[in-house]
Amino acid sequence: MRAGRRLLSSLPALFGVLVFTFLLMRVLPGDPAVFFASGPNAGKEEIEQIRKQMGLDKSVPEQLVFYLSDIGRGNLGRSMMTGQPVLKDLRERLPASLELTFTALLIALIAAVPLGVMAALRPGSVVDHGVRLFCALGVCVPTFVSGLLLIYVFYYLLGLAPDPTGRIDVFTSLPPQRTGFLSIDFLLAGDVDGWWAACKQLILPAVSMALFVIAPLARITRASMLVSLGSDFVRTARSVGLSWRKVVVTYALRNAILPVITIAGIVFSTMLGANVLVEKVFSWPGVASYALDALLSSDYAPVQGFVLLMASLFVLVNLVVDICYGIADPRVSIG
Amino acid sequence: MSEDLLRIDDLHVSFSTRRGLVEAVRGVTLTVAPGEMLGLVGESGSGKSVTGFATTRLLDAAGRVIGGRILFRGQDVTKLGGDDLRQLQGAAMSMIFQNPRAALNPIRAIGLQIADAILTHKRISRDAARAEALELLRAVQIRDPETRMNAYPHELSGGMCQRVMIAIAISCNPALLIADEPTTGLDVTTQKVVMDLLADIAAARGMATILITHDLGLAARYCRRIAVMERGRIVEEADPKTLFSAPQHAYTRRLVAASPTATSRIEDLVTEEERERHAAVVSKPRLEPAHGTPPLLEVRKLAKRFDQGAAAVADFSMTMAGGESVGLVGESGSGKSTTSRMICRLIDPSEGDIVFDGQSIGRVASRDFHRSRFRKDIQMVFQDPNESLNPRFTAFDCIAHPLLRLDGMRAGEALRQRVEECAERVGLPHDLLPRFPHQLSGGQKARVGIARAIACRPRLLVLDEPTAALDVSVQAVVLQLLDRLRRENDIALLFVSHDLNVVRMLCDRTIVLRNGGIVEQGESRALFDNPKTDYTRELVEAIPHIESGKVLAAAL
Repeated sequence: MRAGRRLLSSLPALFGVLVFTFLLMRVLPGDPAVFFASGPNAGKEEIEQIRKQMGLDKSVPEQLVFYLSDIGRGNLGRSMMTGQPVLKDLRERLPASLELTFTALLIALIAAVPLGVMAALRPGSVVDHGVRLFCALGVCVPTFVSGLLLIYVFYYLLGLAPDPTGRIDVFTSLPPQRTGFLSIDFLLAGDVDGWWAACKQLILPAVSMALFVIAPLARITRASMLVSLGSDFVRTARSVGLSWRKVVVTYALRNAILPVITIAGIVFSTMLGANVLVEKVFSWPGVASYALDALLSSDYAPVQGFVLLMASLFVLVNLVVDICYGIADPRVSIG
Repeated sequence: MSEDLLRIDDLHVSFSTRRGLVEAVRGVTLTVAPGEMLGLVGESGSGKSVTGFATTRLLDAAGRVIGGRILFRGQDVTKLGGDDLRQLQGAAMSMIFQNPRAALNPIRAIGLQIADAILTHKRISRDAARAEALELLRAVQIRDPETRMNAYPHELSGGMCQRVMIAIAISCNPALLIADEPTTGLDVTTQKVVMDLLADIAAARGMATILITHDLGLAARYCRRIAVMERGRIVEEADPKTLFSAPQHAYTRRLVAASPTATSRIEDLVTEEERERHAAVVSKPRLEPAHGTPPLLEVRKLAKRFDQGAAAVADFSMTMAGGESVGLVGESGSGKSTTSRMICRLIDPSEGDIVFDGQSIGRVASRDFHRSRFRKDIQMVFQDPNESLNPRFTAFDCIAHPLLRLDGMRAGEALRQRVEECAERVGLPHDLLPRFPHQLSGGQKARVGIARAIACRPRLLVLDEPTAALDVSVQAVVLQLLDRLRRENDIALLFVSHDLNVVRMLCDRTIVLRNGGIVEQGESRALFDNPKTDYTRELVEAIPHIESGKVLAAAL
């Protein structure tokens, strides 16, 4: 009920994003008609014709109205690059991006939370400084550099990883598509070899993305864990002689994890949009690299579709975060 | 020598701070017999809580025992480690803390928290632990314990949380219970109920208890022996009767004098030698206002509703003459703070009117009131002197701020003189003026807050629990200061407080509030001596009196 109202209340924001991106695309330099004309020496008439075909000869408000009514009918337009409807393109590529981002977030959380806890348990110790150094390195090395380094070490030097080209090597037969997440689809199809192949492809790009976001997650874990450990209720727990594990995990960590949930939501949204570099380095067929290509070739519809998708996902992720928070913290009531 | 349960021998505890080692406890020697209730009394910074934490081994990482022994059943607690220590904590000795709501895990059901404590020390099943937890909730007299088992701390009142805390502390029948300010921050009536409960449980289970408190009256009511601490040392130890009738140490004398009682007057709050230091105030007899002068403040049928809910305040009417002092008392949630804020025009009333000096000010929106010419006539002193001062303003800036904003003064010699004059009136030395709040003591900060409020020479001063966060000796001085300001400058005081003893001393008239409505009002002394309603009587009886300590001692 409340969740439904939350979604409704985010519609104006989505609409704003829609209009803003539309206008932004129109003011950016570059004429798509010229771009998609048959060749560099296409005649003026040909370009005019393409322009007419694309509806670019009309005024900007008129174009906007057309665009909005199309969106209302669930039509995101057609991509000039692929020649397919944008909706279809996005639907094909989104699972790849989501799979990558989810995996990266999972790796980041699995690494960051224990690191933050260890650092908080002994502030000022070697462990604390080690974690800080690691986090600093993770943040200051750009993802494409860490991605290339990982490829160099694990593919080129050690030969452990498969060649970094896409989600699966060309010789593996794809499983029947159910969720779009290859690793899950392979498991559903009972194809363990395929699953392992998909995971091997996935691990390097996911790690290079995770490295970048471990820092904020570990820092926030450390900070809120320190607050938690210094709180009155942890002192109460110690005063009745609860075991170390119970004090740290059940009392301190469960309280400290609350702000981490919020940050994880923000990090997830950022990763989804910003993983274009990783997708490029690993030739990952995701939505971000698709949108970048479209932007470079002044292909309006895919870019607008991508931004709309990101905005909707952002709204959704925030809602999920709020619901998780409500479950984790009885003081907050959001259902 | 009888068999002592706890024996603290020449205990020294130090804290490493940024300014080097600070010795918080320097040579405390103390014994507690089985089943005894000992009061450990002192003001903030006296080391009483640190002594308690050292005994239960709960000191912060920065604190260390650097000397002495703490023998519990002959075993030195300071040398225990690991499992031996955990065997002791909770099972043999446990602790109850100040601020019960923060002391409970906010995201764990209270039943589980009690069961956690039980399961740590007893090898029983989860269901059995749950049953025991339920039994404990009954023992601490929580109504409807089956439902409360699944409640979270934020769903319970402060008094209830403290009962849950007691349930956790007694869950494994410890031999020693250390209660650190267990009722500070609770309403007087709740305070009494919780303390009675604690005393009953301790007596029934034969637990020895150390009651750590700043409230002499409370210690006197419940303890047979009281140790007074000052600056890390125990200065005096005696039974309540001797302590109050013939205090030996100078500090105890000061503390006893500063603790307000049912009969004390403002002048009594400091000892003879201290009184001489303050110039005697020549109290001019107050001129009776000529007949027919309009009252300074008239409040008519004031009401406040938040978010369409039940009324926080309803049908509140009162009048105040210039220079009069009126007390507004009630428990938390009675609407006293809401009322005072409406009168200060910090929030808007939903209904009713406020007339100040013959002019209606109730209709001016609170956000525009700072432009009203009455803004400087009505000023406020807030509860927490720490929180109500801007940490980036020096004491001088704080006092100068209203002068610049409301009196239209400009920075310069005249302003400096006005600020210094204000500081002088509240007894704040000039050399403290360039300091920032964190460089001032609690009492000094309270003075800055008062100086800021009187800077524009207001005619009505609204004080919201101005001494609640202060030690009794500081409170005594601040109360005297307020009384003197009232006499000298004819400032009317509206004093909001839950401390009835203080209100009785300071205020001519008292209004008792409950659930947003006036229960009783009248001349203070008469109201407290002969309460007309049950509620007021309950409030008055709940105040821990030092006399009742004597009665108690006589009764035993």
